[in-house]
Amino acid sequence: MSLPQFAYAAPKTLEEALALLAQHRGDARVMAGGTDLLLKMERRKLAPAVLIGLKRIDELRYIRFEPEQGLFIGALARLSDVVEDAIIRAKYPAIAHAASRTATVQIRNMGTVAGNLCNSSPCADNAPTLIARGAKVELVGAQARSRWLDLEKFFTGPGATALAPDEIMRQIHVPCPPGGSAAAYQNISARSKVDISAVSVGVHLTRRDGKCHDARIVLGAVAPVPMRAREAEALLVGTGMDEDVMRASGEMAAREARPISDVRASSEWRREMVAVLTRRALRQAWDSIASAHGGIVNR
Amino acid sequence: MSTHGDDEKGGVSRRGFLGGVAGFIGVTAVGSTAEATPVPKAEIYEASGLSKLTLQVNGRTHSLLVEPRWTLLYVLRDRLGLTGTKPGCERGECGACTVLFDGVTRYSCMTLALEAEGHEITTIEGIMAGEALGPVQQSFADEDAFQCGYCTPGQIVAVEGLLRQNASPSIDEVREGVSGNLCRCGAYGHIFKAAMRAAAMKQVS
Ligand SMILES: Cc1cc2nc3c(=O)[nH]c(=O)nc-3n(C[C@H](O)[C@H](O)[C@H](O)COP(=O)(O)OP(=O)(O)OC[C@H]3O[C@@H](n4cnc5c(N)ncnc54)[C@H](O)[C@@H]3O)c2cc1C
Ligand code: FES
Ligand code: FES
Repeated sequence: MSLPQFAYAAPKTLEEALALLAQHRGDARVMAGGTDLLLKMERRKLAPAVLIGLKRIDELRYIRFEPEQGLFIGALARLSDVVEDAIIRAKYPAIAHAASRTATVQIRNMGTVAGNLCNSSPCADNAPTLIARGAKVELVGAQARSRWLDLEKFFTGPGATALAPDEIMRQIHVPCPPGGSAAAYQNISARSKVDISAVSVGVHLTRRDGKCHDARIVLGAVAPVPMRAREAEALLVGTGMDEDVMRASGEMAAREARPISDVRASSEWRREMVAVLTRRALRQAWDSIASAHGGIVNR
Repeated sequence: MSTHGDDEKGGVSRRGFLGGVAGFIGVTAVGSTAEATPVPKAEIYEASGLSKLTLQVNGRTHSLLVEPRWTLLYVLRDRLGLTGTKPGCERGECGACTVLFDGVTRYSCMTLALEAEGHEITTIEGIMAGEALGPVQQSFADEDAFQCGYCTPGQIVAVEGLLRQNASPSIDEVREGVSGNLCRCGAYGHIFKAAMRAAAMKQVS
């Protein structure tokens, strides 16, 4: 890989990193795993004068679960850390699954979940489930200025986010899963399992008294940013989630999607896959609520 | 020219320290609400020029001079002469350049050499059992797990990394474990078998 010249800074604290970012405003870029960033630099799409490596900032390397508050994923938590984390696997299996569907073993050992979000690819595998689960992200700027943003609002376009040039994403927060809820993630690529997703769907369902109380459906790779399929969600609320309802919701999600045709897939195929994957994800999430509560699977 | 006594012969250490807002050091006014924040100092490696770096590769310590933009792959092959690690796509897609970083697989083509400081790096040369082949290498030979052999060092290191995490993987875990390593010759069937055999061999030894 032949990279353009850059200076490399290796701060040990978040404060140092923020000071460097402010100092080199517009001319510096933070790097976590580098799996997206170095490729863009190699293709000369980006040529920052200074790379600020986050790797040595130990305070950003954590995955923490607080029973009252939920899950916190630090900026340096790698995809493989999320895949393997016992608490995430137990309480947020769809989040671990989405991380496991991202790239290959080696890339997961290098890349971070935060980097996957900050890169803001419309097909980022970790975004749909996190949005469906109601995740927020914490962005910090110089003078320890901090703000929390719904992940849904974080993405502003392909490759574009709400991050100001002097801000760093410190962590991702996912609330405690409500009782009687479950999430699911489904993705598909046109070729193999390790290829970038051509369509992905993350859903989150809450069941109350045998009926769907709350539904969130988030589609990836079929719009400039990950998008909620709100009309498809609305069809589910208050129903008993039978096969017909799920199919109708999937078809509605397909109508709401705004896919394009590109090297990975045609827009027609993507639309069809939205219907299929939405139905599958809904079924999977609903069944796992039913089984977790010892209930009879509601077919 | 040498700026410090401990520099390598002929080299210039450009690893410096970059202060944040140097002008504000130590001007804490008593009773002032504005707290004087300590000047952050981060290690910085200048863009042009060489910085001194210490790498631990296969149990040996190497001191060398690098540019920030040099990849670990380049340094291993062209500076340290460890040519077992192969360049393929050089964009994170093929796995030919796979090495272990503290025992965990990663692509050396997308790792800056600077990032490797402080980590134990293991390349294909480092997984020999002394002068003999290591168990994974031996099982690749036994199972004919290659044709042209170009992807093989990367495949072997990937399997080594997998077995260090999971000593007795299922065949599906093997498939997943080497899914980041492409083989143009399509020797996958034999590679999977070799991985299973290596797991068995390691259990015995
Ligand atoms: C071969 C290959 C296959 C891939 N397959 C997939 C796939 O299947 N699915 C998928 O979703 N992705 C895939 N990716 C993309 C990539 O691996 C992921 O997006 C990865 O998680 C990025 O994380 P990183 O830590 O390497 O980010 P980096 O490359 O370090 O950073 C990415 C961007 O985010 C910024 N950034 C990083 N961290 C922060 C932070 N804390 N605060 C502010 N900005 C930050 C950087 O400045 C940069 O702009 C693939 C990449 C490769 C090379
Ligand atoms: S050369 Fe590194 S992945 Fe292909
Ligand atoms: S043996 Fe030729 S590429 Fe794998």
